[in-house]
Amino acid sequence: MSLLQIENVSRHFGKLVAVNNVSLTVEPGELRAIIGPNGAGKTTFFNMISGFFPPTAGKISFNGEDITKLTPEQRVALGMARTFQITEIFPELSVAGNLRIAVESAAGLRMRPWLNAADKKIVATRMDELLTLGNLTATANNEVGALSHGDQRAVEIMMAMALRPKILLLDEPAAGMGDQETYDVSRLIRRVHRDQKLTIMLVEHDMRVVFNLADRIMVLAEGAVLAEGTPDEIAKSDTVQEAYLGKEAA
Amino acid sequence: MRLKGQAANGIVWLILLTIPFWFTYIGGYLGLANEIVIYALAAMALNFLLGFTGVLSFGHAAFFGLGAYGTALTIKFLVPSTLVGLAVGVLTATLAAMVIGALIIKRRGVYFAMATIAFGQLFFFIANRWNSVTGGDDGVGNWHRLPINLGFTSVPLFHNSLVYYYFTLVLFALAVGIMGLLLESPFGRSLMAIRENERRARFLGINVELHIWISFVISAMFCGLAGGMLALLDNFVNPRDLRFDLSGVFVLMAVMGGMRSFWGPLLGAAIFQWLREVLSSHTPNWQTYIGIVFVLVVLFFPRGILGFKYAAAKS
Repeated sequence: MSLLQIENVSRHFGKLVAVNNVSLTVEPGELRAIIGPNGAGKTTFFNMISGFFPPTAGKISFNGEDITKLTPEQRVALGMARTFQITEIFPELSVAGNLRIAVESAAGLRMRPWLNAADKKIVATRMDELLTLGNLTATANNEVGALSHGDQRAVEIMMAMALRPKILLLDEPAAGMGDQETYDVSRLIRRVHRDQKLTIMLVEHDMRVVFNLADRIMVLAEGAVLAEGTPDEIAKSDTVQEAYLGKEAA
Repeated sequence: MRLKGQAANGIVWLILLTIPFWFTYIGGYLGLANEIVIYALAAMALNFLLGFTGVLSFGHAAFFGLGAYGTALTIKFLVPSTLVGLAVGVLTATLAAMVIGALIIKRRGVYFAMATIAFGQLFFFIANRWNSVTGGDDGVGNWHRLPINLGFTSVPLFHNSLVYYYFTLVLFALAVGIMGLLLESPFGRSLMAIRENERRARFLGINVELHIWISFVISAMFCGLAGGMLALLDNFVNPRDLRFDLSGVFVLMAVMGGMRSFWGPLLGAAIFQWLREVLSSHTPNWQTYIGIVFVLVVLFFPRGILGFKYAAAKS
């Protein structure tokens, strides 16, 4: 069974057709990338999957369940986590403070007015795991807003990981980053993908990141699927060269 | 943010416990101290929502006033008991907040604040016009708080103002203690998550609307308690206890003292009440001068007077 199955999804904004009849399946353990020129509908497509808004038409199934109309919170509960193009974290809290909220929410403790010793231990252990996984132990007590862009992204990814997602959705994880930071975040994504055997779907502009990481790539252009295949196939595809890579080379 | 500094807590409680015995030496008096404690509770309750959930209400006077009227009318017409009156007052405020909260919880920012003003004024007009029950503009008088009978002894709340001060202080401690514990709990951290970044909170699985609603209700409940305590202090209520300029005063107290600081609104309330006391005996335009002080505070301490503490204790 596919983990994520998207059937003939469309989204209209007034007269604008942002996404037109797109289908996609993501298998467990896969790292899927979505690329496309600006305005291709990547982010709209992504927002429908994560529950920002519902599609105008079509169906989205996750783990065999129809999630087309579920709220973000409900999708999180089913095992979906995401990050954003512009990092969405709690800027005035420390790294540990950010992770603590994520871990407590994931453990179902978010409404609790107190914690017993066992809960505290569970939370502390999980926070340590995530700090280690994200290479954030040294900055655990620093205010997140003061960290580098790359470290902020790592915090956001670790907050998503705190939810123990079945699928992780990354919206341009390397957006606005320099070479070193891009390299670091790519390594982090590869690490969580491999170590945790986590299914990941990402939208990205940076071709180095995409061709470096992805198992399969889907190319969107003007709201529709232009091509789909392995990185090799996509790199060799003439239509893609023309519509997308060609333009960049020019 | 943790409520750091047991020392700070100790100092606050020491001052509040001993103030009746030295306040007169610096120009205060017991009634003023009592008002400060009561308004501080209202401002801290508002700040539970404003400073720690990130939601601005300009209608909290409604809950303060409902607490006051609920208490006064119950004692005057229904049950001659201080505690029953107070309980009815708090319950009235809480129920009103549950309903109003459910109606406006999807609004954000300015729209939420506007909606709270509108509902707040609704209660003001009812209190102001429904002469047969609320006494209209004259308020509810001809009643007073009653001693609490414990069986073996009676607590002389009415005839001994000092006893009433400590009665309010006990309730203040309970309310503030509950809010403090909540803010250090996972629930409180979820509220702060919403304040910091609603989108991220939602995508961590936090039900944002439900959390804001609960915070709103808790905040209104303690505001209602403060209103009831003020009615009992004055043995009187009038529609000004519900009017939206009082809502503004609560916001001002919280912002002036420091809305990211737990004790900030207490300091704000103390300064406001103190200034009002001093200035209003010299000039009818006392509000102008309080306004100037407020502007200066906002200019030079954008995070409020206790904001520095917050900056130091952010982790």
